[in-house]
Amino acid sequence: MAILVIADHDNSSLSDATGKVVTAAAKLGGDIDVLIAGKGANGVADEAAKISGVRKVLLADDGALEKQLAEPMAALIADLAKDYDAVLAPASTSGKNFMPRVAALLDVMQISEIVAIESNDTFVRPIYAGNAIATVKSADAKKIITVRPTAFNAAELGGAANVETITPPALPNISEFVAEELTVSSRPELQSAKIVISGGRALGSSENFEKYIYPVADKLGAAIGASRAAVDAGYVPNDFQVGQTGKVVAPELYIAIGISGAIQHLAGMKDSKVIVAINKDEDAPIFSVADYGLVADLFTALPELENAL
Amino acid sequence: MKALVPVKRVVDFNVKVRVKADQTGVDLANVKMSMNPFDEIAVEEAVRLKEAGTVSEIIAVSIGPEKAQDQIRQALAMGADRGILVKTEMDAESLAVAKILKAIAEEEKPDLVILGKQAIDDDRNQTGQMLAALLGWPQGTFASEVKKDGDKLLVTREIDGGLQTVSLSLPAIVTTDLRLNEPRYASLPNIMKAKKKPLDVKTAEDYGVDLTPRLEVLKVSEPPKRSAGIKVASVEELVEKLKNEAGVL
Ligand SMILES: Cc1cc2nc3c(=O)[nH]c(=O)nc-3n(C[C@H](O)[C@H](O)[C@H](O)COP(=O)(O)OP(=O)(O)OC[C@H]3O[C@@H](n4cnc5c(N)ncnc54)[C@H](O)[C@@H]3O)c2cc1C
Ligand SMILES: Nc1ncnc2c1ncn2[C@@H]1O[C@H](COP(=O)(O)O)[C@@H](O)[C@H]1O
Repeated sequence: MAILVIADHDNSSLSDATGKVVTAAAKLGGDIDVLIAGKGANGVADEAAKISGVRKVLLADDGALEKQLAEPMAALIADLAKDYDAVLAPASTSGKNFMPRVAALLDVMQISEIVAIESNDTFVRPIYAGNAIATVKSADAKKIITVRPTAFNAAELGGAANVETITPPALPNISEFVAEELTVSSRPELQSAKIVISGGRALGSSENFEKYIYPVADKLGAAIGASRAAVDAGYVPNDFQVGQTGKVVAPELYIAIGISGAIQHLAGMKDSKVIVAINKDEDAPIFSVADYGLVADLFTALPELENAL
Repeated sequence: MKALVPVKRVVDFNVKVRVKADQTGVDLANVKMSMNPFDEIAVEEAVRLKEAGTVSEIIAVSIGPEKAQDQIRQALAMGADRGILVKTEMDAESLAVAKILKAIAEEEKPDLVILGKQAIDDDRNQTGQMLAALLGWPQGTFASEVKKDGDKLLVTREIDGGLQTVSLSLPAIVTTDLRLNEPRYASLPNIMKAKKKPLDVKTAEDYGVDLTPRLEVLKVSEPPKRSAGIKVASVEELVEKLKNEAGVL
């Protein structure tokens, strides 16, 4: 089987989701090529070439691909897909944006956000916010798949694949990048952090996030997450949302502060190795998944925690 | 301009579904059904664009069982002008839904189709992108802001790193994220008025779309259960356990 993995990157570094998707691809068995589509992303291609198990890296360097907008990405990938039996990408906001477009161009039903591979046509994916797990068999000749990175370990580094520059076909220009506003943070990235501390509606303000959550995060070297309620209220940026419709995380340690534990939130964190919950309501549903629960007021517990660390 | 808004009938977001004992699916008997929450946001956005004079007519479409009329009526009560129900007892996959929507778009010639980013039952997140591909239109997915800018549409998108704004030529596809707006509740008079708004009933055959699934569901099982752990009495005990028992600090 010939497999194409679409790398997630920002033209300067490769996200670690890519190595995880390579692990998933390896479970399908076959030759794995990695596509780096971007502008000035040669360094990223060299990084991808080091992932063990990669046959070759395809580098498509074009101004139209710089921001990986869905329309040119899908045109490029659908064209390359002629030579592959399966195309896999991380279920990042980027992969979720262009992959279904690729699937429709190829008349294929995408298999979204898989967490396991049973055979080269049978895949496992959560549905209903993870309250059920479906095993599905694809009848399509080509498989178009997005992969939930937290479900797979990163592939080893130790490869030395060749980087081959490719010329993209004519790319559509029906959309245009205008601006971006990226969250700058010196803290670890939410989806790859070993420890995540998340705050909920109970924090009450962005000032309280700064005063109570941030110092503990810094002592722990943790990334910061949040519930939808905290994001909707503007306490933290949208990209902090953990859950069914936000980010899925599975750190070694997840600390939920003042979060009730709605199914939509649990969907994004219940595969964490150790879960801690601090909530003043002893009946909060979050305690049903917590390894260690502390019934306490966060405004007294968090300063104590900061001191104890 | 005309706007098309697809709305899906799904299990209400408050329901914690149960897997059937025979593992053929989840138990939907006597479970509360609602409009997919992201689709309520889509309807709200279309109605706001209409109120602002940008949109002239809103058509709500659902592909689903007879009962999906309830969700179309809700869209009509929120401010949509007319509805189309494409009746099927089969669970149509995203690709087939996108093909039906394409056929409707070719008939109705909307300038804008606003969908939810994700139906909360199957969690697939793909129909809008597929429709955009089939029509050859640009897409602004996971939108937190939509603005008409001359003959373009400016869409601000929620992405992993923050926010991104793209400019789309029209006609275009938008899919909604949670921060786009807060959907209104339909007032009683509007619910009454909605009953009189036109609602066409069609079938997939009318649009020449084959609903045979590409993905066969072999089984649906319970997720691994995570058992509740212990309650600790103090922060001190918590830190001690995390260090010595869990070994994560
Ligand atoms: C379509 C859809 C998608 C959604 N997607 C997501 C998603 O991806 N992620 C997500 O998180 N949610 C999501 N939600 C929202 C979800 O249903 C809940 O509304 C949300 O998770 C609640 O956030 P919360 O726990 O912070 O707030 P609440 O439910 O209000 O809980 C606050 C908690 O704080 C506790 N508390 C209050 N004061 C204190 C104090 N001083 N000290 C300690 N504890 C205190 C309370 O006991 C309570 O348990 C979604 C909803 C919908 C409809
Ligand atoms: N059966 C359907 N009827 C109407 N709209 C649908 C249907 N299925 C999906 N959609 C639309 O497509 C969006 C994304 O769904 P999905 O790709 O299945 O997660 C939904 O929020 C709806 O706007």
